[in-house]
Amino acid sequence: MKKFMADLHVAENVSLNTNYFLLKLWQAERLPEMLPGQFVQVLVEGSSTTFLRRPISINYVDRDKNQLWLLIQKVGEGTQKMSELKAGDIVNLMYPLGNTFTLPSTHKKADGSEPKILLIGGGVGIAPMLFLGSHLKAMNFSVNFLLGARSCADLLQLEDFDKFGKVYTTTEDGSAGEKGYVSQHSLLKNTDFDFIYTCGPQAMMHVVAAFAKQRGIFCEVSLENMMACGIGACLCCVENTTDGHICACTDGPVINIKKLKWQI
Amino acid sequence: MANLSVNIGKLQLKNPVMTASGTFGYGLEFTDFMDISRIGGVFMKGTTIRHREGNFYPRMAETPQGMLNAVGLQNKGVDYFISDIYPKIKDFSTHMIVNVSGSTIEDYIACSEKINELENIPAIELNISCPNVKQGGMAFGTDCHSAAQVISAVRKVYHKELIVKLSPNVSDISAIAKTAESEGADAVSLINTLVGMAIDIEKKRPVLSTITGGLSGPCIKPVALRMVYQTARAIKIPVIGMGGISCWQDAIEFILAGATAIQIGTYNFIDPTISVKVVDGINAYLDRHGHASVSEIIGGMSID
Repeated sequence: MKKFMADLHVAENVSLNTNYFLLKLWQAERLPEMLPGQFVQVLVEGSSTTFLRRPISINYVDRDKNQLWLLIQKVGEGTQKMSELKAGDIVNLMYPLGNTFTLPSTHKKADGSEPKILLIGGGVGIAPMLFLGSHLKAMNFSVNFLLGARSCADLLQLEDFDKFGKVYTTTEDGSAGEKGYVSQHSLLKNTDFDFIYTCGPQAMMHVVAAFAKQRGIFCEVSLENMMACGIGACLCCVENTTDGHICACTDGPVINIKKLKWQI
Repeated sequence: MANLSVNIGKLQLKNPVMTASGTFGYGLEFTDFMDISRIGGVFMKGTTIRHREGNFYPRMAETPQGMLNAVGLQNKGVDYFISDIYPKIKDFSTHMIVNVSGSTIEDYIACSEKINELENIPAIELNISCPNVKQGGMAFGTDCHSAAQVISAVRKVYHKELIVKLSPNVSDISAIAKTAESEGADAVSLINTLVGMAIDIEKKRPVLSTITGGLSGPCIKPVALRMVYQTARAIKIPVIGMGGISCWQDAIEFILAGATAIQIGTYNFIDPTISVKVVDGINAYLDRHGHASVSEIIGGMSID
């Protein structure tokens, strides 16, 4: 897939709560093909302490409006600067980067039933799950989302997720959905899933990966390793796998749990 | 349009702008973004005689106007380079140069001998300055005696242009440069990264798995420029300058300080097209100052 460096316009920068914002970018030419799991490298301007680009997952591509959505959590000065962008501002991107999720190849299993698909997102890790869900829905798969957050104020984009599948939630304080972590949700005990895709905090992905591994469920995780170049040139973002050190930016960020060397 | 061509020994470059090893992969990673034939050359990822997995993650820390890395020469070895990479890069319309690294003199010799057989590789950059490997690497480049041993050994088996990449982690870089010159190097390139470190104060642990790493980016430019200036005055063979170059103005500074050509490193991560922009910027500068060629300004800083 061809990669581009381009200036996009901010169409809208929506503050979702004190920690998260949704940056909607637009360009005159039709946006190139992008796949769920892929990311962009954002050039942050006007920040004295930010040197490298910031890798951000593709949250959604709105083909009607020709907009690219980035769901961003404020974690440092780079993301803080990005939160201050206004409609009409220019943002330079390198995109689309990285690989994609492996989608189910069939709509009917051997017993004639539909594959059961679960997308698990925690914190800002819900970002690629919306785009993945939209793709699966467009391919006529039934999608279940399991989204976790600290409290109900951090459960984001629920209306958007609703469009593409059934949404289950957990919060650590019990203010919405089931109380606890996504890994404790009753859905996991009551349903035999065939495919699990996940992105979120390392501890959450470990638990999800362990759950999938024990039950022999196909499972892919989207890694959030620190990156420099984003295009496989610097070899900084490596993950240790059964294939040795591979770049999270080009061989990932999506990796099957069978390849990971996590203690799960 | 000024004449941008320069010579590094017998190697003629179409212009003095090249990309630094470890920051540009094998060039293939950048072809979506820019036209490689526009630049003078590409120094490819460090290659060793055997496969190396490199250091454990985390290998990178962002720093003010720069970054630390501790990759540790991860590569699949010279035989993989020859079988899988060389066929893909050998027809690029620019000089594709292999950075040869090693842990022992025998490794350097064996790797250089194999690269010597590749018709479309016109030069090697002998890396005696990697700060991120436990054995070899920088150990060869911080001592004149061991530098002389490895350079003379490789010179005997490598018959094309031999460029020696120097470490800045020494008290007198020009002394190592003189050693390289006397042992038969055709050029020197400098600087490799400066040894540095970063600490995660919440975890009270080093950020890098190796504790220390190599610092690069615009923050090192003044140090690099000073070392290029000192080295260019000390030797007669060409100096290829690098260290924090992020725009054409930086490149002009290095050339005025005495560099015959320059390499762009870490800034390729920020702007993958920067090398082409620097070529255009140098050309416009020469035109504006009425210079017919790059050669007219090499070492052209006036100190009166």
